[in-house]
Amino acid sequence: MQLSTKHLLGIKQLSPTDISIILSTAQQFKEVLQRPIKKVPSLRDVTIVNLFYENSTRTRISFELAEKRLSADTINFTASGSSVSKGETLLDTVNNILSMKVDMVVMRHSASGAPHFLAQHLPNTAIVNAGDGINEHPTQALLDAFSITEKIGDLQGKKILLIGDIMHSRVALSNIYLLKKMGAEVMLSGPPTLIPKYIKEAFDVQVEYNLKKALQWCDVANVLRIQLERQNQVLFSSLREYNLSYGVSSKLLSEINKEIVIMHPGPINRGVEIDSDVADSSQSVILKQVENGVAVRMAVLYLLSGKKELGN
Amino acid sequence: MSILLSAEQLDLTINRLAHQLIENDSDFENVVFIGLQPRGVFLSDAIMNIAKTLTPKELHYGLLDITFYRDDVRNELHVPKETSLNISLEGKKIVLIDDVLYTGRTIRAALDALQDFGRPRKVELCVLVNRRFNRELPIQPDYFGLSIDSPMGQKVKVDWDQKTVLIY
Repeated sequence: MQLSTKHLLGIKQLSPTDISIILSTAQQFKEVLQRPIKKVPSLRDVTIVNLFYENSTRTRISFELAEKRLSADTINFTASGSSVSKGETLLDTVNNILSMKVDMVVMRHSASGAPHFLAQHLPNTAIVNAGDGINEHPTQALLDAFSITEKIGDLQGKKILLIGDIMHSRVALSNIYLLKKMGAEVMLSGPPTLIPKYIKEAFDVQVEYNLKKALQWCDVANVLRIQLERQNQVLFSSLREYNLSYGVSSKLLSEINKEIVIMHPGPINRGVEIDSDVADSSQSVILKQVENGVAVRMAVLYLLSGKKELGN
Repeated sequence: MSILLSAEQLDLTINRLAHQLIENDSDFENVVFIGLQPRGVFLSDAIMNIAKTLTPKELHYGLLDITFYRDDVRNELHVPKETSLNISLEGKKIVLIDDVLYTGRTIRAALDALQDFGRPRKVELCVLVNRRFNRELPIQPDYFGLSIDSPMGQKVKVDWDQKTVLIY
């Protein structure tokens, strides 16, 4: 029983079977996390380096917890205050670390394709993409899928809405790939300036600029953060205006006559893309997503850790 | 391929094992019966269904998957099945139930797994088939259906649809 790929670079490279295997393994790891001793010895002699070139707290901690709960040894590398600031190239940094016999690399980088570049040069080390530029964030999409299935059952035929800055969101792209592969219907909503022009045709998704209509259609709304640090141009006039047209408020939710599931990859900008009372409501699975993140990452690391035939 | 136990013999054996598990205890408050995934569960379900009819007392029963504790854990990856142990094992007598005892490595993994749920007072092992001389670790059953001598190359399998035990 194996995944069809030896790295997790993106959802694009996964088959629906791979995704099912990861999600059902994650279910068992979730049970492990309820035990009195939340640890299993499966990755006991595996060393994993968390190579984070971009700021992250929640993803890095989630991966670190997953690794420790699998009994792996973890090394954390953040770009600031390291050899990178002395001008060392990516490949040099990684080769240096690998000479110290590291088995897996979890990487977040601001350049799309950085993990793919590494995978080409390091064929014997499993690479897990923790977010690359505006390309993909596969473990986020996997934990989102897990959280949806946990709340409303199998993804097939379910209607999922992604709201916000689709253009700059690797979370959105990974989610679109995964949801389409698993047979869900996908709709995007947000300001026209933040939704790529031909995305409808490219991915066979629906686009609806009226948030209320979009919410009326969906079973699940995944609200994306407005990423101030990623934009150079101002693509909407102000945060206040964004909130008025595209913020998910309890007033808006009460106007649609059904209960939908509310998700957000975090961190939340309260009062911008989502109002506090919605984020804290019983329909919101935001904190469950965080809990599920550790189980899903344990599943990914476990499934990629198998001994490779090409020398070890 | 030959038949070790026919359907009739299998029923009788399961019946006997259920009686054996019940006869030694009067207080089942501190006893937990655990079926091992994936194949021990069919046996443990069958045994527990009979055991329940033998005593009015409540019997604690759960399932355990030992995939993450295997000593070959990354040579062959297995997708684990459900573990449902909703009771603390601290200070309890555990009876592990599995279908075939062969090298003993599954039971070693199960003993490791049990540690993570508490410190049991005692652990006993109940198996349907004891393949006597194939052990790779010092592990023996407390209760067994039948004991056989079989060469390493042969496989022993319980077919729960046909209700027979085969060796081939």
